[in-house]
Amino acid sequence: MANPVLEVENLVKSYGDVRAVRGVSFSVCEGEVFGLLGPNGAGKTSTVEILEGLRTADSGRVSVCGFDPAVSPEELKHEIGAALQSTSLPDKLRVMEALKLFGSFYRHHRRRNPEDLLRRFGLEEKRNAFYSQLSGGQKQRLALAMALVNDPKVLFFDEPTSGLDPQVRREIYDIIEELRRENKTIVLTTHYIEEAERLCDRVAIIDHGQVIALGSPRELKAHSGGATRIEVRLAKPEANGDLKTLEGVADAREVDGAYVIHSHRPPQAIVAMVKHLEARGNELVSLEIATPSLEDVFIELTGRRLRD
Amino acid sequence: MRNFGSLTRMRIALTLRNRMFLFFSVVMPFAFFFLYAGVFAKSNPYAVRFFLGPILSLTVMGSFWGLSAALVTFREQGILRRFHVTPVTAGDMLASSVVANFILIMPTVILQFLFARFLFHVTDFGNLGVAFVLLAAGTISFAALGLVVASVTNTMQETQVINQLLWLPLIFLSGATFPLAFLPAVAQKFALFLPATYLVEGLRHSIFDPGASAWDARVAFGSLVFWAVLTFFLSVQLFRWEPESKVPRRAKLLVAATAIPFLLLGIWENSYGHIPQQASAAFESLTTAGHHSTPQK
Repeated sequence: MANPVLEVENLVKSYGDVRAVRGVSFSVCEGEVFGLLGPNGAGKTSTVEILEGLRTADSGRVSVCGFDPAVSPEELKHEIGAALQSTSLPDKLRVMEALKLFGSFYRHHRRRNPEDLLRRFGLEEKRNAFYSQLSGGQKQRLALAMALVNDPKVLFFDEPTSGLDPQVRREIYDIIEELRRENKTIVLTTHYIEEAERLCDRVAIIDHGQVIALGSPRELKAHSGGATRIEVRLAKPEANGDLKTLEGVADAREVDGAYVIHSHRPPQAIVAMVKHLEARGNELVSLEIATPSLEDVFIELTGRRLRD
Repeated sequence: MRNFGSLTRMRIALTLRNRMFLFFSVVMPFAFFFLYAGVFAKSNPYAVRFFLGPILSLTVMGSFWGLSAALVTFREQGILRRFHVTPVTAGDMLASSVVANFILIMPTVILQFLFARFLFHVTDFGNLGVAFVLLAAGTISFAALGLVVASVTNTMQETQVINQLLWLPLIFLSGATFPLAFLPAVAQKFALFLPATYLVEGLRHSIFDPGASAWDARVAFGSLVFWAVLTFFLSVQLFRWEPESKVPRRAKLLVAATAIPFLLLGIWENSYGHIPQQASAAFESLTTAGHHSTPQK
């Protein structure tokens, strides 16, 4: 790997009996957008919070910009910027005050001009608004702007679009893509497939505290054979094995009451399936066709869906 | 401590935008002031001067309410954790709370002196310099008490319960509301274990008793400053940034340790000190002087 700015080796973290992170390893290069994709509770946030110096690991080796967060948290914090998942600002703090206040915590030569940040994140009109008066999207834009006040080497965005409506989500994507063009190193956690595919150079798929797959979205999808996903709901249950043997079907499995079929020849597979069902007196309730995505990789590896 | 200045400015700005602050730190202290000076002291300058110590003590002692509530709210809402990903330290956060509180409370204190002078015609404030030094020590030590309360409570409800439990004995058994001379002997003995008593009595002595010197204030000043340093240091050690992090068991033991200085001082004062006698003498001089001054008018 060219120039890793962030390295994690065998990271372990437990909360009481809950083993949140179980031996996670990865490294991130300078200028890379690296995604941690996984369902809620997979250990993404715990991992990122250890990297940010908010939590201490039980074991494992961590290096961010050459610093171990557990050993030199203060030096580390000068180098990073973060938009945390569950965070807030005082209700009566104004937008501009927040940017200036957080800028003041960093060395002078690193501080970004708060006016530029306001403009860039479309918050000029809200400069004197209280934090409590902002909409969800505006709060998130402010959170991203605040992560940039010290022109950080590494950015951490923990679920940056969680709970936002689709239009606002696209706005945030545009911002992150712009940062990517500026060659910022970004570590992003998400449980949205679209986000990981669209924004990330490389993705680590995390489940139950472990990295189960790692690579560029293209590599990962190639791994699953690039098959089209056909999702059907049936009137009566059907044995997986029967569906698997149909013409054009590469793989079939039951996920949450639906059948997920992967196929390289979708038209043939659908025709074969309809005939098969008719012969059995069964019926299609719904049918959905999706181009291959990281969701398929996840289903293939875990037998479960990624969304909640 | 580099971030301390900007944090202090933020805290002052936020507090001034908070209506609760206006009520507890401005309306309440002046309500007390006029109740004591106008009703209890019947606007008699000599009596107003007597009550000035208790009134000012109440003003600065209230610090711990606001500070503990603000800090717990910041933690509960996940505001502290945002600061935690910056180079801000626990020391920065706590020291800025204490200093912001000090700056916000001083105008009220000064106004109360000015009201006493110009509305109630108190001309002699005894040893004013000593009074200010004691007020400063009191403001800081009761602010530090607020930090400790925040460090041993998990929720706002818990914080308010603890605050109530602290506030009632601090105001009723220290001479801040009922003069010490009024209290039964047992309560007087108990009062000597409370930091508030040393503040109230120290202030009253420096303002009211003739010939009060800086040396007289040594016990009050020394004990309050020592206590402030101890509680501040402990609060830094026990500081929690995360909303879900709970109070560790050792924290409760450590916090119990902050009571030790006044426990020891109380034992000493109960055996060798003269604080209740001094307070009673002052109160008696008030009643006799009161009888003299009213007909002379």
